Amino acid sequence: MTTIAHEPAPLARRKRRWEGLPYWLILPTVIYIGLFFVWPMIQGFGLALKDETGWGLTAFRTMVDDAAFSEAMSFTFLLIVVIVPIQFVLAFGMALLLNARLRGGGVFLYIFLLPLAISDLAAGIAWSAIFTERGYLNTILEGVRVVDIPFIFLDPTSTTQLVLVVAVAEIWRSTTFMMVILFAGLQGIPRDYVEAAEVFGAGFFQRVRHVIFPMLKPSIQVALLLRLIFAFEVFAVVIALTGSGASVLASEAYKWQATNQNEHVAAAYSVVILGLSLAAAAVVLVALRTPRERRLR
Amino acid sequence: MALQRIRIGRMLAYVAALAISAFILAPIYFITLSAFSTFDAVYEYPKQLVPKDVSTDSMSLFLNADGIVGSLQRSAYVAAITIVVCLAIGTPAGYAIARFAFRGGNSFQLALVSTRAFPLIIIAVPLAVTYLRVGIDDTVYGVAMAHIAFTLPLTVLVTASVFAGISYELEEAAMTLGCNRLSAFRRVALPLALPGVAASAIFVFVTSWNEVFAAAILTFSNRTLPAQLLVALDASPLPHRLAGGFFLLAPALVVIFFIRKYLLTTWGRVAR
Repeated sequence: MTTIAHEPAPLARRKRRWEGLPYWLILPTVIYIGLFFVWPMIQGFGLALKDETGWGLTAFRTMVDDAAFSEAMSFTFLLIVVIVPIQFVLAFGMALLLNARLRGGGVFLYIFLLPLAISDLAAGIAWSAIFTERGYLNTILEGVRVVDIPFIFLDPTSTTQLVLVVAVAEIWRSTTFMMVILFAGLQGIPRDYVEAAEVFGAGFFQRVRHVIFPMLKPSIQVALLLRLIFAFEVFAVVIALTGSGASVLASEAYKWQATNQNEHVAAAYSVVILGLSLAAAAVVLVALRTPRERRLR
Repeated sequence: MALQRIRIGRMLAYVAALAISAFILAPIYFITLSAFSTFDAVYEYPKQLVPKDVSTDSMSLFLNADGIVGSLQRSAYVAAITIVVCLAIGTPAGYAIARFAFRGGNSFQLALVSTRAFPLIIIAVPLAVTYLRVGIDDTVYGVAMAHIAFTLPLTVLVTASVFAGISYELEEAAMTLGCNRLSAFRRVALPLALPGVAASAIFVFVTSWNEVFAAAILTFSNRTLPAQLLVALDASPLPHRLAGGFFLLAPALVVIFFIRKYLLTTWGRVAR
């Protein structure tokens, strides 16, 4: 213990010399994030709450009075309700499969990861080639005689069908993102635990339920959290698949900014999207919190 | 009995993995097929499920269309600027997080993580207004600056995790052998970190290449590829659209091959 008091002088001096270094290293990042992330966000609130006539909720009123608002709102929520649970199960299954170390696992890994680098616009275009009336799905369905005449999947009058089609494309594109987080979590679980459960006679589903699931909870929380946040931003995939048949919150924000040139209403939409994302994040945090007394050390 | 059950379990696992692979590959296969078919094959119904009329007609229609080559170039510029700036500012910050315990370090890290909770949309609209005022609207620099704001936090976190995986003792050894701090970093830590840093650069590239909302809002005539495709979606003929979709998607096939290992080790951990 006493040795600490007699620390050699040169080391101590060197330490002091470098004390400011980490701050210099992070300074450019702090400035950049401040200028191009924090400040625009504050401006965004300003734009939404203040226009030429002064402060007020005019932009929000314009937004809500527009018929497209409730449509966009309900379409976005429907999408999330359909997409997120299905893709959670799928992502969990994919992570388990990768973790099972199958032979040829490297190939599966490559294929499973592919959608991570594919944009929502490209996903929408690719799936539109499949779902369009004269597309690949109808070709296959007719080939195996499930339908006689091409089925209209992208029926602009049927919200249900549009939701399902967009959901398929979004599940295809964004499930990998959850899988990556869950897989990283799975790798943190010591194999001994799972094997011990196996020795004591736990079947596959029991192992998942009583060993893997509880230990994976932090990763599940993060995966759901981030996925939900991004889910409210769903945009290009909807446009590519439905044209103007359906609108979501982000596409309305885009329309107000680019077409109607009203940045106040566009900002109001972005504030709504932000609010909903944060609310969803809060719900996940509360719903999946681990009681203190049950926390593992 | 138990052995048999394990064998059945393995088989089911294979079936599931194959089914999911088919689901993932099908759209990629179909859009590639369409992008390299003759016009007639693109419009015909029922569609060919195997490549028969292979041709580069759609591709050349797409590449010769007005503004496409320009938008490809701009997409490449934007991604290049984004990568260079992200690495130039992000790597030092990542190094600082990995190597120094300093006051405020944890809050800095937490702040970076929490930026991910904020959608790009909320910074894109105000930036469009500011750019108009400053006069950098409709430029690649403007789009790049928005992309940097969005990718910088992740770059810092990933590079921090990369440097944390490289033992500091190696740098210390170099310093006892006559390196100073900077040359120890440059000659020891940086070469070892290079593959991980390159992986994060590739991921920045993908994010920028794919980003469509901000790019579409911040430009009017100098559009990037995704923005150009998005605004022309209704107006463009089918072969053009499909070839464009293929162009947008193709880098993914190469990129994932190179960074697949890093995605799971570094990126998956950082995402938490």
